[in-house]
Amino acid sequence: MPKKSYREAINEALRQEMNRDARVIVLGEDVAGGNGASGNAGTVGGVMGVTAGLHTEFGGERVIDTPISESAIIGAANGAAMTGMRPVAEIMFVDFVGVCFDQIYNQAAKFRYMFGGKATTPLVIRSMIGGGLRAGAQHSQTLHPLFTMVPGLKVVMPSNAYDAKGLLTQAIRDDDPVVFLESKILYDTQADVPDEAYTIPFGEGEYIREGDDVTIVAVGGDIMRASAAADALEKEGITCDVVDPRTTSPLDEEIILESVENTGRLVVVDESPPRCSFASDVSSIVADKGFSFVKAPIKKVTCPHTPVPFAPTLEDAFLPNPDRIAQAVRDVLKYDS
Amino acid sequence: MQLSRDELKRAYRRMFTIRCFEERVEKEFAAGNIPGFAHVYLGQEASGVGICHDLTDEDYIGSTHRGHGHCISKGCDVKGMMLEIFGKSGGLCEGKGGSMHIADLSKGMLGANAIVGGAPPIAVGAALTQKLNKTGKVAVAFTGDGGSNQGTCFEAMNMAVVLGAPCVFVIENNGYGEFTGSSYAVGAPSIAERARAFGMPAETVDGTDFFAVRDAMANALERGRAGEGPYAIESQCPRYLGHFVGDPQAYRTKEELEETRNRDGIRNFKERVLEVGLLEQSDFDELDKEVLQEVEDAVKAALAAPFPSLDALETNVYLNY
Repeated sequence: MPKKSYREAINEALRQEMNRDARVIVLGEDVAGGNGASGNAGTVGGVMGVTAGLHTEFGGERVIDTPISESAIIGAANGAAMTGMRPVAEIMFVDFVGVCFDQIYNQAAKFRYMFGGKATTPLVIRSMIGGGLRAGAQHSQTLHPLFTMVPGLKVVMPSNAYDAKGLLTQAIRDDDPVVFLESKILYDTQADVPDEAYTIPFGEGEYIREGDDVTIVAVGGDIMRASAAADALEKEGITCDVVDPRTTSPLDEEIILESVENTGRLVVVDESPPRCSFASDVSSIVADKGFSFVKAPIKKVTCPHTPVPFAPTLEDAFLPNPDRIAQAVRDVLKYDS
Repeated sequence: MQLSRDELKRAYRRMFTIRCFEERVEKEFAAGNIPGFAHVYLGQEASGVGICHDLTDEDYIGSTHRGHGHCISKGCDVKGMMLEIFGKSGGLCEGKGGSMHIADLSKGMLGANAIVGGAPPIAVGAALTQKLNKTGKVAVAFTGDGGSNQGTCFEAMNMAVVLGAPCVFVIENNGYGEFTGSSYAVGAPSIAERARAFGMPAETVDGTDFFAVRDAMANALERGRAGEGPYAIESQCPRYLGHFVGDPQAYRTKEELEETRNRDGIRNFKERVLEVGLLEQSDFDELDKEVLQEVEDAVKAALAAPFPSLDALETNVYLNY
């Protein structure tokens, strides 16, 4: 099977779905790039090159460069989705949702419910998340908890190139509004990715690896960190389940509970501040529904309750890392059953 | 453009339906039959009806928190609306939306919107669909003088111009955003001027004059249906009541309120049509009777209908989850 990067996998899903369904359009800031410039349009393909080549293939009517107007981007995508198109709107950095959140949580997420089931909004919002690029407090957040707590949204956080293609294909074919969050640190990571189109259903997690001693739950870029921690721990004779729910809404509670039932110990890794987070959500579910399974306190490896710092030393200390995850695993193993 | 007798009757019927509907909402609200709060469109009837007169079910509108009149103008079912406002099963949104969220996609009504400035970006998207599919249809973004101050409105106007979307921005200037006068809150001397600065044609119209509003909309439709892009209309139509039903309006003088009531688009319409002899008084009497009966029947049905069953609480959040 061909190796492809996370970036290529996302690009391929967009291209294949645009070929499959003429209603699929892509819109956002510089998704083509070069409009109104001295050179040619379509020469950029997104700030990270994720939409590269789409403008050349599908033209400016379907790969639409917008002004830097996030409310109008999501609002227009909402209106287009409600009237028969299947827009994939890009919010370049997830940090920018602050200026368009109304169109996401008050509009897109609520149309179906508020209108008594009579509206369908097949919208995908793609955005990139996460720190590590020294991009400072307004270009480095994850913000998945903000979306996950909104009824009416589905939230997808692929951790590898294979999942990215299958989950994005599912997102585009899905009739509900989907927030698709791409981890920046994964764009150049590679995996075996089939050439043909395929979907991965939402709400079905997977075991990234299986072990006996501790369950580590993570999503998106944190899976890479959790796997590195599990590699290191294996050398100490400690084996871990690494569980990737893949979507935070809907959430595959079953796979989490199944794994914790087997290991009796849980570490949740979450690149976000600790309060009201994915980590606290998973912890509370296990405390509630898996109380008899756990033999030790549940540990969370998160960021501190601070904005994302700029200085490399501070940002490294801010982000979850394999050492902190491995230490949390050792800590929960100190408790006797 | 000359209107046929049937068209005149339809326009009058819609305006008078809004008047009766809203007066009845006011009454039923006072009687405690309507949960929450209600914002009525009294005094602005000619604006919505004039804008929507030449629209089809395949043309879209996005509305505001003061949306009952827009719904009726676009042909939404009066009984379904009344049931919705009462929060009852069988309402247009099955009782899950309420006064501020009435929608009927089958009529091209994309929803009343309780967020001031919420509709314009959505209407741009509906207009973009028309452009991409070359339907010759348009989308109308209703907003108010208050909504016209929102960044979302500015973004939507610019985006519509950039994308060439057939979106008609209808800014109904009723003189007040909640309890603050537009003469205070709108920094520019004219909302239409401000829209024009975004790069689209714009005009100001007396929103209590059905014929003037319709003429302005004809200009917008000519441009929109030809795929030539957006248009803006500032429709000046005073609000008879306060921001919400029950607002004591301590911020308005008695004189202003009286003057406002004297600007009656329905009365003006009737006088003009009678004067030129296109309809007789008996035509109006007949329509009045029909409308009053329709509203009465709607209220009776709303009072009698059950609230939604508790099974509805968790349905329709997603298509599947």
